[in-house]
Amino acid sequence: MDTVPSQVVPGADPSARQLCFAWGPAEVLVCETLFGRTGGSRSRAGAAARALTGSVAGTGEGAPSSSRVFVVRRDQDIYIQTLRKLFNESHGIFMGLQRCEEELAGKSRKAQLVQVSKNYRSVIRACMEDMHQAAVSTRDPALQGQYSTQVSILSAMELIWNLCEILFVEAAAAGPLLLRLLDWVRLHVCDVDSMVREVLSSESPSKHKLFWNVVDVFVLQGRMDEARHLLSKEASANPTSMNMYKILDDLMKKMPVPSLGNTQTLTELELKWQHWHEECQRYLQDGTFASNPHMESICKILLGDEDAILEKKELMTTWYHFLVTRLLYSHPTVKPLELRFYAQSSMDLFLGGESGPEPLDMILMAAFEFEMHQVIKECSIVLSNWWFVAHLTDLLDHCKLLQSHNLYFGSNMREFLLLEYASGLFSHHSLWQLGVDYFDHCPEYGRVYLELHIERIPLTTEQKALKVLRICEQRQMHEQVRSICKIMAMKALRNNRLGSALSWSIRAKDAAFATLISDRFLKDYCERGCFSDLDLIDNLGPSMLLSDRLTFLGKYREFHRLYGEKRFPEAARLLLTLMTAHIAPCTFWMTLLTDALPLLEQKEVIFSAEQTYELMRCLEDLTAGNPDKQKFQDDDVETTKVEMLRLALARNLARVIVKEGTVEGS
Amino acid sequence: AMEDVSAKFVSQKISRTRWRPLPAAALQPPDLFATGSWDNEDNRISIWSAGDLGNAGLNGEYHGEPHLLCDIQHNGDVMDMQFLDQERIVVASSTGAVTIFRHHQNNQTLSANHRWEKAHYHVDQDTSCGGAACTGVVCNNPEIVTVGEDGRINLFRADQKDAVRTIDNADSSTLHAVTFLRTTEILTVNSIGQLKIWDLRQQRNEPSQIFSLAGDRVPLHCVDRHPNQQHVVATGGQDGMLSIWDIRQGTMPVSLLNAHEAEMWEVHFHPSDPDHLFTCSEDGSLWHWDTSTNVSEKPSFLHQGGRSTAYLSHSTINQSVVSAWLSNDPTKDRMEITNLIPNQTLSVNSLDVLGPCLVYGTDAEAIYVNRQLFA
Repeated sequence: MDTVPSQVVPGADPSARQLCFAWGPAEVLVCETLFGRTGGSRSRAGAAARALTGSVAGTGEGAPSSSRVFVVRRDQDIYIQTLRKLFNESHGIFMGLQRCEEELAGKSRKAQLVQVSKNYRSVIRACMEDMHQAAVSTRDPALQGQYSTQVSILSAMELIWNLCEILFVEAAAAGPLLLRLLDWVRLHVCDVDSMVREVLSSESPSKHKLFWNVVDVFVLQGRMDEARHLLSKEASANPTSMNMYKILDDLMKKMPVPSLGNTQTLTELELKWQHWHEECQRYLQDGTFASNPHMESICKILLGDEDAILEKKELMTTWYHFLVTRLLYSHPTVKPLELRFYAQSSMDLFLGGESGPEPLDMILMAAFEFEMHQVIKECSIVLSNWWFVAHLTDLLDHCKLLQSHNLYFGSNMREFLLLEYASGLFSHHSLWQLGVDYFDHCPEYGRVYLELHIERIPLTTEQKALKVLRICEQRQMHEQVRSICKIMAMKALRNNRLGSALSWSIRAKDAAFATLISDRFLKDYCERGCFSDLDLIDNLGPSMLLSDRLTFLGKYREFHRLYGEKRFPEAARLLLTLMTAHIAPCTFWMTLLTDALPLLEQKEVIFSAEQTYELMRCLEDLTAGNPDKQKFQDDDVETTKVEMLRLALARNLARVIVKEGTVEGS
Repeated sequence: AMEDVSAKFVSQKISRTRWRPLPAAALQPPDLFATGSWDNEDNRISIWSAGDLGNAGLNGEYHGEPHLLCDIQHNGDVMDMQFLDQERIVVASSTGAVTIFRHHQNNQTLSANHRWEKAHYHVDQDTSCGGAACTGVVCNNPEIVTVGEDGRINLFRADQKDAVRTIDNADSSTLHAVTFLRTTEILTVNSIGQLKIWDLRQQRNEPSQIFSLAGDRVPLHCVDRHPNQQHVVATGGQDGMLSIWDIRQGTMPVSLLNAHEAEMWEVHFHPSDPDHLFTCSEDGSLWHWDTSTNVSEKPSFLHQGGRSTAYLSHSTINQSVVSAWLSNDPTKDRMEITNLIPNQTLSVNSLDVLGPCLVYGTDAEAIYVNRQLFA
């Protein structure tokens, strides 16, 4: 897309200040720098904003001296409240399309794809309806203008989509093609509807000044039955020209039309049509309708007379209506690939050099020319959203129409557009969840995009964090799982919620963090002499094995429980194991040995001789191996503690020798 | 049948849906429900009419989609929501506030009636916003109990300014949901797989009983109690598992039932027909668990308005219901389970059942009403 025009950032003045910019995930920040403009430009702000169809939110105040920051959004429509329905409902259709089996072959597959296309269109129409209601019911003129603009954008989107559906998805063949185009024109040319209603509901339609206009509208749109019905009213009011009406009525009745079924071949149709055409010609030439200019002009239209049709320009309102009317009355069996010639000449004739073609005209023209990529490209430039091109391209890709087109940056067009759309969704505070599924269906870069975007979702509550976490876990995004859990664990730790912090690090299997939290628990214990959060520590279960320190915490708490329940021998054994099996960190040994003191002082002997020796060795290891020996000995309290322990151990040893000796001796 | 479901896209992610309770003697199905949204810049509480009764088609199906009666802005995500009575709704916010909204039915407006601004908060004084999300609320007019990410339990009375009772640091992990067991006892579930009973009459700040999942301590997200059999409790976990507990015995669940593939956000026994249970999940499914099929001569429990079953003799209920939910092998031809949403992709955050009606809301910004649940 190298010819996309650059976008002007309103309010930013590159001629006064040099601008700089930074890419964000879905937005671009454009900032005014301190540097004034000097001579040759090296960085063009236009380059920053190119390929963006976004709006600009200027955050600075109007003062000319202040530096301003502009947020340039890629996808402006994402932020329109009423369109959220479109995004959500079409997400469901998109997912259905990705799911649906490609096994279905031929006709049923095509029918399936046409149905999907129709579903997309009905969502657009529903949205249009809502937007229209909103426009009608609001009293704020600015808002009303906004809604009306949106209605016309949605209406254009549906018009384009419908044409693409006929030409590309359904790929209607000669014959049915014309019928589809007629439906398309009838559905979308609504400007004359009110006039038709007015005439039909009037007391005597044939007396209405717009009577003939309505008849013409019906004829131009190929609505023969309705035209004949109206004409019959006029006929009964003019008995003198009854014969003339009858002839015209007969011609209109006999007009051959393509059928949807296989009842007639194209050749048969062409033959019949030729005959009918000649008959019309005869009546025109012998002056049958000469007395009534209205009927004469209708006859000319039936003959496909371009000038006669063009005279009704106001009733057709658009060149594509003119095109379809022209085809109906001069080339009813037009083949898809011939469309481009008629389309071009119809547009030229209709616009007649008065006005140049609008972007919408160019898009429709590209569709008639079967230039799918041109359609998508023009739509990308003109529309203020990525929704349309992303979904249309995805559908066309499922029709296997876009396979050959690879872009220079690696992924194909379908993926490129889906990535853009999904990135837009992720920039929205609420719609980000929809974006996930779109990234999932981008095989090349979807994963990378998701990884980058998901980390930027603000985790305001645990519930939201759980939802984000689930997305990451389902996709084995281990890195992101770890980071989310770490963020949540840190938050919990800051709020003094040690229990919550621990459960987050257990979820991420983050051993280092579990150790950190365990140390906090142990520190709290040393300071306060009791455990906080017993409900958690008592119920660690298998998660205790996550980190050594956590194991120690759980076991140490178990020691306290056993001690509290006066199960002293078990408590003593556990305490000793904590040191000898090196489960306890060395820094904690002194506390453990101190915990052994009351057990040594019990009336009954609890530690065996062997256990007492081991306790002694632990104590000696601790005092001897301490690198801070100097400091250690300076501390009076510590020295006293060590002395008390040595004494208690020695006394226990004496008691146990006596006891064991007595037991063995007896 | 899915054809009876009417849907409406509402342009906001729905975190809670609740039927307005019916007056005691009401015969007609519920007609009004409330929704709360989350993760929006501007979150709202909305009151909806379930669909126009006048639009009932020839076969009795309802065509009218839900339509908005009134709404009001709500500060923060709506985390939980309960009707206090016919007119008042209690809403739990992610900001830690608990608000009572009043629905004025004469002029269809909503107004904030009373607010406890910092019902839940973190102790750390340094942080500028100390609010902690209030994750669950349950009402038994006039009493309101709330729990939160701060592990705190609050007991409020609708007519009193200050909390009647607060248990600080009741739980060292996050409390996810709360429900009444009896008038003075509550049940809570937390993020380390525990179910706790608290007796609010006791001054001790400790639970009277703790139950927990074996093995991995999978977080529990929701809890509901059997409407007639108070010892039968259902909880839903992070792994989507439905646990049935008999709180008279043991410390572990009686049965574990697997249906969802991700967090189970809500579990509800049908209030008047508790052989039926409904659960919804992050995986986008909504399961209907039906144990009524295995009982041959079962009395009909389906009464509009709810409480009439209480008058049935205890023995009848015991035989039909208890055997259903507490059987040791509930998977074997004893339970029929149906997913009511086959193709949904985004989370179903909330559901509510009342009479023959089901309402649920999703992250795909749609609300759905099924008015013929048992058709």
